[in-house]
This record gives sequence, structure tokens and C-alpha cells, in this order.
Amino acid sequence: MWMHHPGPGAATSAVRQKAEIKMTQIARTMKYQREADPEWSARIRQLPGCERVSSCIQCGTCSGTCPLSIYMDYTPRRVISLIREGFKDDVLASKTIWLCASCYSCTVECPQQIHITDVMYSMKREAIQEKKYPSRFPIPVLAREFYAIVRSRGRNSEIPVVLRMALKSNPFILLTMMKSGWDLFRTGRISLKFEKIRKIRQLQKALDATKEVA
Amino acid sequence: MSANGFLYFPGCSLRATGAAYEESLLELFRVLAIPLTELDDWNCCGATSYMAVDEGSAFLLSSRNLSIAAEMGGHEIMAPCAACYLVLRKTLDYVEHYPEIRAKVEAGLRAAELKAFTGVKVRHPLEILYNEVGVKALKQKTTRKWKGGKIACYYGCQAVRPYDEVDRPHNPMRMDELMNAAGAPTIDYALKTKCCGGSLTGTIHEVGVNLNEILLREAVRKGAGCIVTICPLCQFNLDTYQGEMRARGVAIDIPVLYFTQVLAWALGGDIGKIGLKRSISGRAAIEKWFSSEEAPAYA
Amino acid sequence: MPDQNGSVRIGVYVCHCGSNIAGIVDCKAVADYAAGLAHVAVARDYKYMCSEPGQELLAKDIQEHKLNRIVVASCSPHLHEHTFREAVLKGGLNPFFMHMVNIREHDSWVHLNHDPATGKAKNLVSGAVRRVARQRALEKGSVDIHPDVLVVGGGIAGIHAALTLANAGKKVYLVERQPTIGGHMAQFDKTFPTLDCAACILTPKMSQVKAHKNITLWTYSDVQKVDGYVGNYSVKVRKRTRYIREDLCSGCQQCIEECVYKQPKFYDEFNQGLGKRKPVYLPFPQAIPQTPVIDPETCIMFKSGKCKKTCVEACERGAIDFELKDEEVDIKVGTIIVATGFKAFDAARVPYYGYGHYPNVYTSLEIERLVNASGPTSGHVVMRDGKEPKSVGIIHCVGSRDENTNRWCSRVCCMYSLKLAHLLKEHTGAEVFNFYIDMRTPGKGFEEFYQRLLKEGVHFIRGRVAEVTDWAYDPSEEGKLVLRVEDTLLGMVRRIPVDMVVLSVGLEPHKDAQEVRRLFNITCANEGWFLERHPKLAPVNTFTDGIFLAGACQGPKDIPDTVAQAGAAAAEALALIDAGCIEQEPNTAYVIEEHCSGCKTCVPLCPFGAISFKSEVNKAEVNAALCKGCGTCVAACPSGSLQQHLFEDDEIFEEIEGVLAYV
Repeated sequence: MWMHHPGPGAATSAVRQKAEIKMTQIARTMKYQREADPEWSARIRQLPGCERVSSCIQCGTCSGTCPLSIYMDYTPRRVISLIREGFKDDVLASKTIWLCASCYSCTVECPQQIHITDVMYSMKREAIQEKKYPSRFPIPVLAREFYAIVRSRGRNSEIPVVLRMALKSNPFILLTMMKSGWDLFRTGRISLKFEKIRKIRQLQKALDATKEVA
Repeated sequence: MSANGFLYFPGCSLRATGAAYEESLLELFRVLAIPLTELDDWNCCGATSYMAVDEGSAFLLSSRNLSIAAEMGGHEIMAPCAACYLVLRKTLDYVEHYPEIRAKVEAGLRAAELKAFTGVKVRHPLEILYNEVGVKALKQKTTRKWKGGKIACYYGCQAVRPYDEVDRPHNPMRMDELMNAAGAPTIDYALKTKCCGGSLTGTIHEVGVNLNEILLREAVRKGAGCIVTICPLCQFNLDTYQGEMRARGVAIDIPVLYFTQVLAWALGGDIGKIGLKRSISGRAAIEKWFSSEEAPAYA
Repeated sequence: MPDQNGSVRIGVYVCHCGSNIAGIVDCKAVADYAAGLAHVAVARDYKYMCSEPGQELLAKDIQEHKLNRIVVASCSPHLHEHTFREAVLKGGLNPFFMHMVNIREHDSWVHLNHDPATGKAKNLVSGAVRRVARQRALEKGSVDIHPDVLVVGGGIAGIHAALTLANAGKKVYLVERQPTIGGHMAQFDKTFPTLDCAACILTPKMSQVKAHKNITLWTYSDVQKVDGYVGNYSVKVRKRTRYIREDLCSGCQQCIEECVYKQPKFYDEFNQGLGKRKPVYLPFPQAIPQTPVIDPETCIMFKSGKCKKTCVEACERGAIDFELKDEEVDIKVGTIIVATGFKAFDAARVPYYGYGHYPNVYTSLEIERLVNASGPTSGHVVMRDGKEPKSVGIIHCVGSRDENTNRWCSRVCCMYSLKLAHLLKEHTGAEVFNFYIDMRTPGKGFEEFYQRLLKEGVHFIRGRVAEVTDWAYDPSEEGKLVLRVEDTLLGMVRRIPVDMVVLSVGLEPHKDAQEVRRLFNITCANEGWFLERHPKLAPVNTFTDGIFLAGACQGPKDIPDTVAQAGAAAAEALALIDAGCIEQEPNTAYVIEEHCSGCKTCVPLCPFGAISFKSEVNKAEVNAALCKGCGTCVAACPSGSLQQHLFEDDEIFEEIEGVLAYV
């Protein structure tokens, strides 16, 4: 029962792939202090859940335990360091913050008790606010569609959410879902009801009021 | 546990992909005679998506539910879905500890003319069964003998992290103990709390499916014949894509069940009411294991 | 109180302390103000009162101006109270007619604005001037120092301290809880960075302890009660019985050989459970004393009362006696050195490393026993499943540098992890991986040791291991323990399968540190280590006079630092003993017997047990030698019959009046 085993020499990581440089394409990477935004860094460290970012000793436990870290462009540890150093654009443009599945493994094991999952959520929100996420990337699109549907009905309805998410990011996703969609339908696990709560106005009023508070 | 039982917060999943969870949960609690009262006009908890868009809104969604619970006079609200459980539990914690979040939530509740929700506790069926009913009592109540394969108990993430009231985050054993009490053997499963990817199977499909393939393969490698879960999204992920894996040449077709299905069956519940027909994978095994023969009372 | 001539003549000295005080406070103005106060004959401001000329100025003024009270407004008395008392004494005045006012820590160092700060300084001086007029002449008490010393704990710290003191001719009681001395060092195989054999360098010292005529060695004993004060401690020691008479036993170990248990069956503490022992046992071959112990928890004779007692038969000296009882001894000593050592962190508290779950996960202390030639496997590195490891992962910082367990760095683990890497590679030829967060190798020869390991081809991966599991991703991982870690230097997440995992556990205070510290009336810091008087300048003293600390009980440290501290503690003890007596601050409470009604309110209040009740005359009595001048009893006494020297009621009221008068 084995997973696909990459043989020796296989370029399995982004770093390795970058190393296979074509002669016509030699990249230059230098980070200048003018790219750093210390005010942004200071503001982030005041947000609820982000207070202990300053204490990070860069041990890498978070990346080591994160099930998604092998798919990320920057591992969680590096994102924390980028935040501390104020490299906002790198953080908000990364796929890392979206690939975080909120499993909280990092938060539980971090020896400095940094709420890394909350840091990731904060970065998601910052990215949406500044509209800085990778375009047509399904995950932020899903988040926004989910948000919109719950706001309008009070409950989640999978079919509209998934349809809109796919259409606004990558319609081919729907092809991958056809078999599973059929399986779910025939076992009665897809709700065609499009439920709405009775007091939807009440909910909407409440949601708007929270936005008023600074 | 009070004589009134618990307030019940199903969450959106239990009415859709997690239908089997609700069915078996209700049947199990009926057999155990623990009353459940559904939370009136509950709204979606927001899961991970709301927190990704706006913090205040996310906490407000849960606060409305907690407020309704307080309004209904209940102190304990049971949320079987791990994501719902976590969001509600986190709301209690963060509203208490962060004044800025409390301010937003209070503003929202005031605008909706809802009252504050002091004293409400959030529970999960796994720890309710473990703490309130107990392993010993469950063992005594079993009437059917488990005929199935070894179980890989899969706890997932959000029920056991970061709050440890449902079970401890590393090597939790409560579900294992409940399964053993019901007469089912379990395996030592190192991946019992490794993330299934959550909604990633719907967005970055290969990554999500990969994470689930790892879980399935390791369970089988360790001798398990099925996986038992406590979270509807985990169950969905592990159950739905085995066909796709088979198409790639992976020999895998095992049942993925809810712990409430196993317990409801073991305690003599109505086999037709525990959602067994909702499973997509492992159908052959399910047919074989869950017959209606009454075995002699489990000693 | 006025002097014999009836007039009080006060000298007030306002110190600039360079710019420390003068930067914020206008010292000349304060001196001018003081000059105008009642009974002030001389008022000066001066740049550095604590300097030689400053002190001489005091002595000179006292004589020239016939001063009989002195106020020095300067820094905290913690620093120069002694200096100025001596200076005043040189001028011919009783030192307790001098009062210091703190216008630095209490004024110039905590305020930013000149005018209010100067006003406050004047205010404080006003209070001091009125107070000092009331001060009385006092004499320092003196307490004799008993020359004997008690050393608690027989590890390398206790051993070294005991030998140093014994060689100086002092009588030392060395009390050790375990059946043998040697402590943790006896469990180690080799020591870093020289790879000296621990037993080879330790056992000669252990033998010296046994042979030394000035050392009374009590093992398998513990301290039950400590009463008294510096120079005069009464200690009760419980000597637990081995059920074997030490004076008769020759150390032949026939009793162990002939025990009814043919094979050892019980958990062997010294070998960390890796080996087994019989109910009658010697912890390790070079144990001192060479007298075995019979453990009543596991010996059949105690558990059921029926045993063939083959041990008794085997003993040619007739040393075994099941009727023996624990003994209590009372001793008198002048000083005590606490050298109780540390406890290794319980690796089960970090569950994601699998200790206790997977059999081939070990702690560093277990490995020390495994590689040791006198260990349970005679130095053959074989795992619990019987196999020899071909690959080993050593995880640094287990339990340390972690908010979830212990916050501190345990200081020795990086070095001992390097050492274990070397030893394991030497014994097995295995591929060794060390996983670290930072490499801490600060001592003499330590960095060079790290270089040696690098040259030996040990893998060094900078990353804290996130999990140890048996989850196999592919056939090469089957049957192994897989470590998942971010190699932060390479910038990649890695899976490394190994046969054996070694957890480098940190050091912690003993579980009963709080009880032990109460026994000796010393304090623990908030992390649980015994508290030193000053982390930089008094690392072996405690806040209790006459009680000293040595070794890891004060904080994690390696053997060289432990030995150095043990020597330092011995020197502190010797300083007291050879001085013969110690002066005591006369700030003690006393009872005015005519007013004492015998209500006994004060007796239980004293934290130092200094107050006793004389029932024959129905009066309370304060033992000045035990009294620390905390003032609790004085404040509590309903009739005001308890007063305190240096803090008499009238002195305090005058000070209050003086402060309010300025306002």
C-alpha cells in the first residue's frame, strides 16, 4: 500500500525546480530594506491571535507538522519570518496562506505558543481586503462565495456555492466533481432545498452592525 | 447532564453530505434516552470560510447561535460537526479574552435585539458519550456483536485541536475506547489526527485527494478494514474519492463510517435508521457486517 | 533623644551621585533647605559621598562640629548603608545614629521633572531629620558559628563540597537520599568534551569521601527537620534501614547472588528500567558504600513474611537483619550546603515524540546506561526489540525552550547530544542525525567538540522535529520510526526514517523541590530552582544566612560549573566558620514585659519561629538571633508591648510628621 515513490534525483520541490535554470533565464534575488513595511508588521502583531509572533525562534516545528507545507511556496515558518521583517507583498501574494487548512497542528505544537492558524486567517483577511490574492485562485473565491450565500440565506447551500466558485476561478473543477456529485446525489447527500432561516433580516442587521465597530 | 439533555446544533453539513451522521446520532441518542432539542432557527456557523473573510462576522454568526441557546434556557449546546464545534468553542474563548472582538459581537447582538450568552457551554457527542454515559455503561448496553474488520479511529483536526475538551490532541483514545466497548477492535493508527485537507478536495483537488489517499493507505497497511470518524467533512473526503483512486490503480474500497453509526448498531438501534445506505465506499463490507441478527448479549 | 549635653546636633549630607541624583534633583537647594530645619547644625551637598574624601568628610564634621546624628541623602541603603555606618563609627559616633534617605532609587531615578523631584527630596530629608533625632544607640549582636557542616546531596556537587571542607579540617555530615553517592554523574558513560569516563573520574572522589576521617557519610538517609539559625542549626536526619548492617557488611554481594529470585525481576531505577534488579541489590558496581539494600516493596520476606532467607544464610558476617528499623539522629551544624541536584524531564510529556508508545524511542539518560560498559547490556547498543540500530535520530531540546513544558534552555543538552552522537556512532557505526534549533556550545573545548562531530560525519539538521511515527510512506520506511522535520537551512520538509530515536531531555527541579525548600527555609524561583541571593554576585548564597547552594539544584549546569559552585559554597561556609562568629543586624523585635498580657497573638505569626512563650511568667520572648526584623509581630501586638529596634514607634511617627510638615 505504497504512495508513489519519487526516485533519487527527482526534482520534488519548488526549490529544486528553480535550480534547474535554463541558460536564457538567470534570475536575480536580492531583498532590499525599502521593500519592508515595518508599520504593517507592527499592526499585524497587535491583531487578536498574532501577539506572540515576535517570540518565534524559527524552530520549524510548524512546517514540520503542517500536512500542507510540502505544497506551499513559503512554509509557515518562513511566513512568520516574512511578517516579522515586514515583507507584506510576499506574504499576501503567497499560496501558503490559502493552502492552510486550519488543522491547528502548528498551534498545538509551537514551543512559543504562537497561534499560527490565527495568523494565517489574519493574512487571508488582509489579502481579501487588499484584493491581493492570486487571481482565479479557487480558495479565496470559495471563501467569498460561501460568505455571500450565508449572508443572504443564513445557511449554506452547496450547489450554488460550488457552481459559483468554479465559474469564478476554474470551471474545470466541475469536471473533477462529476462522479462524486452523482454519488452524493444518489445516496441522498445533496440537499436541493436551498434553505433559508426565518430571521434572516435579524442576522443581516447583526452582521452589518459588527462592521460598524472600528 | 441535565434531565433536559442537550440543545442540538446540527450545522449545514448534517443536513446534506453528513446526513448519515444526523440519522445515526438521533437514533443513538434515542436508544440512550438522552433528549435533544434542536436549536431554533439556527444559522450556519461560518466554518473556516467566514473566518477567512471577516473576523467580526465570523464570531457574530456563532454568537447568534449561542444567544439563541441562552434564550432557549439551555446551557449546553451539542455540535456534532467538528468545524461547528470548533467555531462555537472558539467564539466563547475569543469573545471572553479579546475586548475588540467582544465589542463587535455585542454591537451585532444589540442591533439584532439578542441577549448575551453567558454560561453557555459547547459540547461534542464524542465527549458526551465518554463523560456522561461512560465506557463501562456502553459496554453493558451493547446487544450486537461486531462482525466487521478492525477499525482505524480517525479523529481529524478541529474537534481535538486547539481545544482538548473533546479529547487530547496527540494520540486521543476516547473513540478507540468507545469502539472497543462496543466490541470492535481498533488499530494503532499514527495518522488518527492528521488533516484530511478539509475543503481542499473541492478547490485544489489533487492536493486534497492526496492527503486522503495517505490516510486510507496507512489504515489498510496497519490492518484496518474500515475508518470511523467524528467529522462530516472528514467522512465525506475519505468516502467520496476512493473510486477515483481505484481508477488510478489503487486497490482501496473500505467503509468510512461515523462512530455514531457503529454505536447505534451495537446498542441495538434500528438498522434502517442509521444512514448505512448513504455510504459510497465499502458497500460490500457494509452489507456483510451490519446484519440484523441479534447476537447474544455482549458479556 | 538628646545626648548627654541635652542638645541634638544633626549633620545632613545630600549626595549628587555624579549626575544620577544631581541630574534631576537640585542637591544644593535640598541642602539649603535642610540647613533651616530644627537641630541641623551642618548641611552640605557633595558630589560622591561614598568616596574616600566623602567618608572622611563625615568623620571630620562629626568631630569638628560635635555632631551626634547624621542623615545621608543618597542611594539605596542596600549599597552604602554599611559604608556610611563605618564612616560614622570612625568619627566616633554610634553607627545607628546614622540614617540614610534614598533620593536616587526613590526619587531621581523614577521621576523626570526637576521641581517636583527636588520637592520630594526635601520632603524625604525633612522626615529623616525628625526621625534621626529619635534614634538610639544600638550594638550589633554576634552569633557563634558551629564549625560542623551539613551537606545535603551526594552527587558530584555534594562530594566536592564535602571533600573541600573536610580537607580544611572541618567535620562534615554528607546526607544522601539514594543508597549510594554519585548522583547522576555515576549514570553517565563519558563526559563532554574530553570523553573522560565519568565513573573513572568520579569513583576516586567517592572513595575519598568514604575514607575521609572528617566526613560522616549517611546514605539512604534524608533530612527530616531543620531548626535554628545561622551558626546554630539543629538537624534531624532519618537514616533508613537497608536491613543490612553497614558496619558488618563486607560488600561480598553473596546475598544478591543467593537471593531466592534466581533472575532479577524488578524495575532497576539506576538503569532507568532498561535492566532489572532483585529485591536485594547494589545500585551499581562501584557504589559507595558497598553495602547492598533490601527493598521492602519487592522483597518476599516483607510482602508475605515467608521466605527461605537464602540471603541470611549466604552472609558470612551475619549482617542481614530483617528486624532493623529506621533510625533518627540529631546533629548540630553551623552551616548547610544544599546540593540536591536535578531531575530529568519526563519525555512522555511531549506525546508527539512517541516515548512510551514506540519501544525504540529512548531518553538520553537511558542511552547513557545503554552505552555504558557497566550498564544492563554491557555497553552493547541493542534496542528493546532486540535489534541493533543502523540509523539514529537525536532530537535536541525535548521539554526545554517550550512554553508548553519548560521555558528555559537546559544548557547541557546540546553538548551531551553531541557526545551521544559520537558514542552511538562509535558503538554501532550507525548513521546519526542530530536535530537542533540552535547549537549551544559555549564552554572551553565545546565548539571544537562540535567540529569533531562534524568531521565524524554526523548529520546536523537545523529543525525541531514535529513528529515521530511509524507511518510508512513507502517500503524504505517500513518498520522504522519516521521523523518529519523542516530542514530550515536547506529550506525543505524532510522525512527521515531511523531505527532508534533519542530524546535529549532537559533538566528540571526535583518533584519535591517545594517541600525541600521549606525544610531549609530557602526559596524557589518561579521556575522551581532554588533561589540564589543574586544571580551575578551571589550565586551560591541564599536569602537565609548560613545556607548555601551548589550544583544543578540552583539551575541547570554541567559538571565543571557544578564543581566550581561546590567549591564556592565550601568557601562561603569556610569564611563563616573561620570567622568564628557573625554579626547580626540589631533590627530585632523585643518584648516590654510589663506591658505583655500573654495573649500569644505574636507567637504563631513569626515566619522564622523566633517567638516563644514563657508560660511560667505568661510572657512572650523574642530570640534575637532568629529574628529577622520583619515587623509582623510588632504590628500585630494589641498592647504595643512588642517593639522593634531601629523602627521604634516614636521614630516612625516623627518621620511621618516630618514628611507632612513639608507638605
